[in-house]
Amino acid sequence: MTRLPVIELRDATKAYPGGVHALRGVNLTVAEGELLAVVGPSGSGKSTMLNVMGTLDRPTSGTVKVAGYDVSELSDARLSALRARHIGFVFQHFHLAAGRDAVDNVADGLLYAGVPLKERRARARQALAGVRLDHRFAHTPNELSGGEKQRVAIARALVGEPRLLLADEPTGALDTASGEIVMELLHELNASGTTVCVITHDHAIADSLPRRVRFKDGEIVSDSRSTPLTGDARR
Amino acid sequence: MNNDPKNDPKSTDRPSDLKPSRLTPGDILRVGAVGLVARRARVVLSALGIAIGIATMVAVVGLSESSRADLMARLDRLGTNLLTAEADDDGTGRPVKLPKNAVAMVERIGPVRHATATADVDARVRRSALVPEERTAGVTTQAARLDLLSALGGEVAKGGWLTEAGERLPTTVLGAVAADRLGITRTGETIMMNDVRVVVVGILEPIELVPTLDRVALVGFPAAERYFGFDGHPTTVFERSTDASVEDVRAVLARSINPGSQAGIKVSRPSDALAAKAATDEGLTTLMLGLGAVALLVGGVGVANTMVISVLERRQEIGLRRSLGATRGAIRLQFLTESLLLSGLGGVTGALLGATATYGFARAQGWTTVVPPWALAGGLAATLLIGVLAGLYPAIRASRLHPTVALHAA
Repeated sequence: MTRLPVIELRDATKAYPGGVHALRGVNLTVAEGELLAVVGPSGSGKSTMLNVMGTLDRPTSGTVKVAGYDVSELSDARLSALRARHIGFVFQHFHLAAGRDAVDNVADGLLYAGVPLKERRARARQALAGVRLDHRFAHTPNELSGGEKQRVAIARALVGEPRLLLADEPTGALDTASGEIVMELLHELNASGTTVCVITHDHAIADSLPRRVRFKDGEIVSDSRSTPLTGDARR
Repeated sequence: MNNDPKNDPKSTDRPSDLKPSRLTPGDILRVGAVGLVARRARVVLSALGIAIGIATMVAVVGLSESSRADLMARLDRLGTNLLTAEADDDGTGRPVKLPKNAVAMVERIGPVRHATATADVDARVRRSALVPEERTAGVTTQAARLDLLSALGGEVAKGGWLTEAGERLPTTVLGAVAADRLGITRTGETIMMNDVRVVVVGILEPIELVPTLDRVALVGFPAAERYFGFDGHPTTVFERSTDASVEDVRAVLARSINPGSQAGIKVSRPSDALAAKAATDEGLTTLMLGLGAVALLVGGVGVANTMVISVLERRQEIGLRRSLGATRGAIRLQFLTESLLLSGLGGVTGALLGATATYGFARAQGWTTVVPPWALAGGLAATLLIGVLAGLYPAIRASRLHPTVALHAA
């Protein structure tokens, strides 16, 4: 069965004013249902990759297709709509709204997708239950542990059922135990069909994922897949 | 894998499918209020600036309208149909005397309903014979016809008015100020006019239309002639006509009193002085309104300042919202709404404060409270305008923030 690409980068470059080349001709295809790590030291261009794949930024040259749409053909407003419907983000520092409870924070994930308030909250509760936080609905971020905050952030990214989940150092601000729970969740999500792309500088995390795209100085230096854990590969 | 048509990129591969959703009005308000709820102290302080401005303007308009309404009610009560004709000089400095029959002449004018007169009498007023003659306490003597009081709508505070019998006797009725200056608090006391001992039979309430009468001691015409060598020529003629004919009467009044030479007769309308007072108040009102506008402007600058800081502080929130799919327009609208809510809060508070202040002050003055709806509406409209003006620049700045820059701001 052919797997359709969710992300396609062709000769994508990104140059910043001052002559910094964050991406130098990147070719990458991520198929539906993949779970991959974009890994590299800081300054290697991973963050730029996240921004370009998440349509927060446009490449200087080359083509970027996300969920089948050519980013260069879309206006800023349509790119916003693309993010609202097809892309979920998880950030290292959670970016939760202080003073608002978990349900409202998660419901904001649907705010710009045109979903009515009541339905937003109902789906937010479901999503929170999905990240096993059904006992934390009414808690505000400062009543939650770091790991719980990141799970709320994951629920917010998932509540719109995006095709693509982009996680930027999702365990970077967490202790090992919380980090493991978060990674477990990402695996579960992927198992249920969501394409997940984890940007990280942590090789241990990268090595736990089936596909690893290594960056250095704005270029892909290796793209390796573990043998799928199916069939005869499973021991 | 996942092959249902919803997730098939080929089926959604048209940019036209990606229409950004519009927020509902409820969502717009809710999102706009998010930033306010999180920073209550700052919200209160910046709204206060607007509130002070609006409260000033509403109170100024309310007080001036209440005071004007009170003045109009008084004018209504006192009537605006009273005209006076006063003896002046003839232009060469020689005093003019009104004819003795001036009142009768005026009564002959068609629309005139009522005419009466007073006359200056050369009698020095002293508290008692012990007071040296040059100390007159600033009270002068005037002769009055018996119908003066009813014509002017005056009222007696103590004792009575001059009577048919009393106007021939050395008795007097004092104006309110005159009684105060002489230290007379009850009737029956005596004062000295020239060398004649005169009994005070009454004290008047202040006469609003002709305040000069508050400072005189009034005696009857016959008594003035008998005791003080008065020649019987009136100095001032008062007349009341129908309301509609006031101007017609005014045109012929001087000519009727002295058909020979109308020069040297000054005709005036006492109610004009009260009306002029309303006009003077207007100048002050304009000044106060100007001050209120300055306060409002300063409040607006405060809101703009708060909004600029808010945008700077909330760059990460802006970045997050952009990543969640907010368009630039949605971000702009969010901050504009926030600014509008902020200044609207100040405006409503200010309007309430202003109306309350007007009510309190008007009550203390014994006026009916008048807070014109246009002042409230104008105040709120000004508030919204300020909200838009103050919020526009910060909102545009927020919407132009690049999402990646906003997200990664420390």
